[in-house]
Amino acid sequence: MNDRFESIKQEILEGMEQRAQSRAAAFELRKQFLDSKTGKIGQMMKEMKNIAPEERANFGKGVNELKEWAQQKFTELDEKMKEKELTLRYEMEKIDVTMPAEVMETGKLHPITQMRNQLIDVFAGMGFEVFENREIENDYYNFTALNTPKDHPARDMQDTFYLSPEFLLATQTSAAQIHTMESKKPPIKILSPGKVFRSDDDATHSPMFHQMEGLVVDKKITLCDLKGMLDMFVQKIYGEGTTTRLRPSYFPFTEPSVEVDVSCFECGGKGCKLCKGTGWIEILGAGIVNKKVLENCGIDSNEYSGLAFGIGLERATMLKYGINNIKMFYESDLRVLKQIDDN
Amino acid sequence: MLVPLSWLKEYVEIDITPQELEKKLFSCGFEVEELIEVGKDVNGVVVGLVEECDPIPETHLHVCKVNAGSHGSFQICCGADNVKAGGKFPVALVGASVYMTAKDHKTVEGTMTIKKGKLRGYDSEGMLCSGVELGVSENMFPGAGYNGLLVLPEDAEIGADVKPMLGLDDWIFDVSITANRPDCQSILGIAREVAAALGKELKMPSLDYHTTGFEKKDFHVSVDAQDLCPRYIAHYVYDVKIGESPLWMKRRLALVGQDAISNIVDITNYVMLEMGQPMHAFDCDYLEGNAIQVRRAGEDEKIVTLDSQEYTLNSNNLVICDGVKPVALAGVMGGLNSEIRDTTNEVMFESAKFARDNIRKTSRSLGKRTDASAKYEKGVDEYSTVNAMKRALHLIEELGCGKVSATHVDINTGNSIDPREMKVSICRVNDVLGIEVPENEILRIMKNLQFAPSITGDELTLQVPAYREDMEDYPDVAEEVIRMYGYDHVVPTFMPEAKVTMGGLNRKQKKELKLKKTLCSIGAYECIHYSFFSPSDLDLLRLPEDAPERRAIRILNPINEELSLMRTTLAPSMLNAIARNYKKGNSEGRLFELGKKFIPEELPLTDYPDERDTLCVGIFGGKESFFTMKGIAEKVAETLFLSFDYQPSSRPWLHPYQTAAITCEGVEMGYLGKVAYEVAEPLDFRGDAYLMEIDMKLLSQWYDRKASFTPLSKFPEESRDLSLVMNKEISCGQVEKVIKNACAYVNDIRLFDVYEGEQIPADKKSMAFSIAFRPKEQAFEADSVDKYVNKILKNLKNQLDIELRS
Repeated sequence: MNDRFESIKQEILEGMEQRAQSRAAAFELRKQFLDSKTGKIGQMMKEMKNIAPEERANFGKGVNELKEWAQQKFTELDEKMKEKELTLRYEMEKIDVTMPAEVMETGKLHPITQMRNQLIDVFAGMGFEVFENREIENDYYNFTALNTPKDHPARDMQDTFYLSPEFLLATQTSAAQIHTMESKKPPIKILSPGKVFRSDDDATHSPMFHQMEGLVVDKKITLCDLKGMLDMFVQKIYGEGTTTRLRPSYFPFTEPSVEVDVSCFECGGKGCKLCKGTGWIEILGAGIVNKKVLENCGIDSNEYSGLAFGIGLERATMLKYGINNIKMFYESDLRVLKQIDDN
Repeated sequence: MLVPLSWLKEYVEIDITPQELEKKLFSCGFEVEELIEVGKDVNGVVVGLVEECDPIPETHLHVCKVNAGSHGSFQICCGADNVKAGGKFPVALVGASVYMTAKDHKTVEGTMTIKKGKLRGYDSEGMLCSGVELGVSENMFPGAGYNGLLVLPEDAEIGADVKPMLGLDDWIFDVSITANRPDCQSILGIAREVAAALGKELKMPSLDYHTTGFEKKDFHVSVDAQDLCPRYIAHYVYDVKIGESPLWMKRRLALVGQDAISNIVDITNYVMLEMGQPMHAFDCDYLEGNAIQVRRAGEDEKIVTLDSQEYTLNSNNLVICDGVKPVALAGVMGGLNSEIRDTTNEVMFESAKFARDNIRKTSRSLGKRTDASAKYEKGVDEYSTVNAMKRALHLIEELGCGKVSATHVDINTGNSIDPREMKVSICRVNDVLGIEVPENEILRIMKNLQFAPSITGDELTLQVPAYREDMEDYPDVAEEVIRMYGYDHVVPTFMPEAKVTMGGLNRKQKKELKLKKTLCSIGAYECIHYSFFSPSDLDLLRLPEDAPERRAIRILNPINEELSLMRTTLAPSMLNAIARNYKKGNSEGRLFELGKKFIPEELPLTDYPDERDTLCVGIFGGKESFFTMKGIAEKVAETLFLSFDYQPSSRPWLHPYQTAAITCEGVEMGYLGKVAYEVAEPLDFRGDAYLMEIDMKLLSQWYDRKASFTPLSKFPEESRDLSLVMNKEISCGQVEKVIKNACAYVNDIRLFDVYEGEQIPADKKSMAFSIAFRPKEQAFEADSVDKYVNKILKNLKNQLDIELRS
């Protein structure tokens, strides 16, 4: 009896050696022995009824041991086969990892939009809302209400495109100041980005460009608050060590008016090509809202005061990336658009 | 404005370097655009005494022995005809730099460095110089214009640098003047600011003169248009002797680029530069009717100006007339008929204030801009109008070129030129600044600025000079104080009394940003194009004459025709952008723009036009197709929680069979399609291109849509593939619609194959769809999906004559 068990074991081992070259073949082999109906070991279980009762226990035990032994052997074999096949599969799937990648192209926001969004992020954190400008304005909002009446020489500071005697292409985003103050009571904190237009066309001037206006109207707003706000803004945009310098200037809608320079972010103020050796770069115009402008909008200048600033987005972007031709922004050359990325 | 340092020093003591002065001006509001060193290119030129001078045989040259004092003695060859022994001339030593001239000895062609040389066998160590070679003109130094050596005075110190004696050690400040300070459009105006900034006294130019008592009989001046001419002053000068102006005056005029003409004309120019008040002088011999009349021009009235140009005028133009005819275009230029000549014997001087916008309009409409008109446009004050006349008459006396009569006419509106009193609260001034400026500082600053200040309690009383028309209220005082006190005193604060406000983007702004980011995520780059385009862009789109896109707003004064119309569609800008990319060698790409188109209610504009936010997408080259563009459209819809429908459509600039109208909830809001070959060809496209335009203003009505959540079904979905045979004209959309309507459980329909060919009849095509059914309240019964499929097939057969492919 034991010989029989041994010879089956032998048969299994030989089969494994000779025929089980794949998992499928191994599985076939397993079936030949372990299938409960057709397998050799399975059939031995059926022989139980023909075995003498006194040997039955032993026989049963032997068959069970054989079965367990076989099961273990086949499981081991299967593991081995699995491993072998995986190795083979991996080898077949070998690649040259230095071959080029499949490109997944992501586009980019326009450089001006990127700059715009950056500024909005900074000022939104300070409580500013965003008010979008009209591109076509009328004379009152673009000029008169901003303390630039018809005979005012400041009208010459901006060469205006006219559409009719009354309507024109906005020359500045400042009209938003008036629209906001007419529709809203203080406290007011708005940021108004927009396209503006001036009849000027060369390497540094484009007939269309972008500005962003900021306006705060509340109680006791001072020149020091303007300085504080702009200091914070330039540090967020140009880095922590950046400082501002105010110097007198003139805009009809602010009094006092200032030009704001930032310490050169290229050389840190030592003087370089970017700042033309001065250590400072002019970035925006600002001032205390002219009391006449407040009064034009029905805001009591005895109770409230305001500050306003306007920044040219093209200039800010050109400085940041060393772009020297403003026309690049409107030519939509993918070779340019693919390069500018802030995030 | 050009301000020579030497001229400035006439009115104020300056004990700092030009560079320091530049900084001072900058910090008090006057940016120096350029600081010009007059003799920058001339160095190493000294006074030389020619001790020996012998002709070199058979040439026009002389070999000279030149004594240059402490620099040594040199042998120099010289070709000038006025070189002579005993003469003193500028000598450029070896290593010196001077101007290089052309063969005519007059035209400057750059600079040169003097080297040792040899001429006709003679060593030459240096060069004797002409005026031109040193950059000195006749007006700056007499004799400098001679085509030969510049002759230096006999008492010139041998070996001394020639620059101081030739006025080449001067500096010129090109100062930019802000529009609120027309009073600074003069040397004197800048001197006032410099004096205030340096705390020095201002020395006023002399204004005194004496009249002979003689009067011009029956002379009459009238101003008919006082709204355009609030002040007109005329003064009669006789026994005029026309001649050259003195050197000091010619030199100053030359430094700012003004040619010297004759003493009378030079006085008018000099006074304008010095005081900022344009002046004019008429030759009285040519004034008819013994009168001056200031009036509006008649329709089509003509004038020939000093530069011999004829202009046809209208009633918007102001003219100065004699008793008969116009003799000057007011504030712009005098008339040729009454110009000062060599023979002029009597002169009528004019100093007037004209309305600045009228001068600007005249100057613009006639295309004639002069120094005078530029000053009038910015504004001239009556204080200067009065004093300029006094100054001119003083100069007549000083130069001895005429007699000042007693005939003086001053027609005005009664405006005083005396200082006016102004009171402001010091608290309000400090409230603007946010700091407390010490009272003694305020007093010092306002005194230096000639405001004669005094303080009582919180009240600051100022005597505002008449030329400071810009001073109106406490903010103006605040500005004066801080620009002189120094902006570095302004310390950063952060609105300690302001209320907290909620900031950030509104819903529309957030949606637009989200949309832009989505488009970037599928590989599209954002563009920004001009809001205006060309009439030829409308032709590019092959639009018929009556197309709504042709109803565009015109710019009245465009830079050129290409930029003359406000966009009514974003398509042309995108087409041009694609063309440029193809041209630059970018063979494929995706672009988008979120911009505005402008739809007028009425033309010409009577109200704000509709500024419609519009999305335009352009894709080109590579593997792009109608369906990749449609995929982008679907992405737009998905981003905004919408669903779009597409119907075959047409646009003149798109492919007749690859164009669809996009609708959302039944509203048409745009199109997409392949660019027509007739459009692509002239643009030189090297591949295909597809365009899409969507009206975002229409879409914005659904910006309040949000993402919603449907709980996942507990029951399994089932799907069936159906291969259908149909007439070729039937569209995928039609089939999908029938399928969808046939069964409420259809969740998704996906076309996965289209076939035409041998296996089906020639006039048919086959489309294969995979249809997903989603159970709702309960799981599907064993045969329910089959029932739904049968219903679908029945409807397809009945409605579109579609069969299941066998």
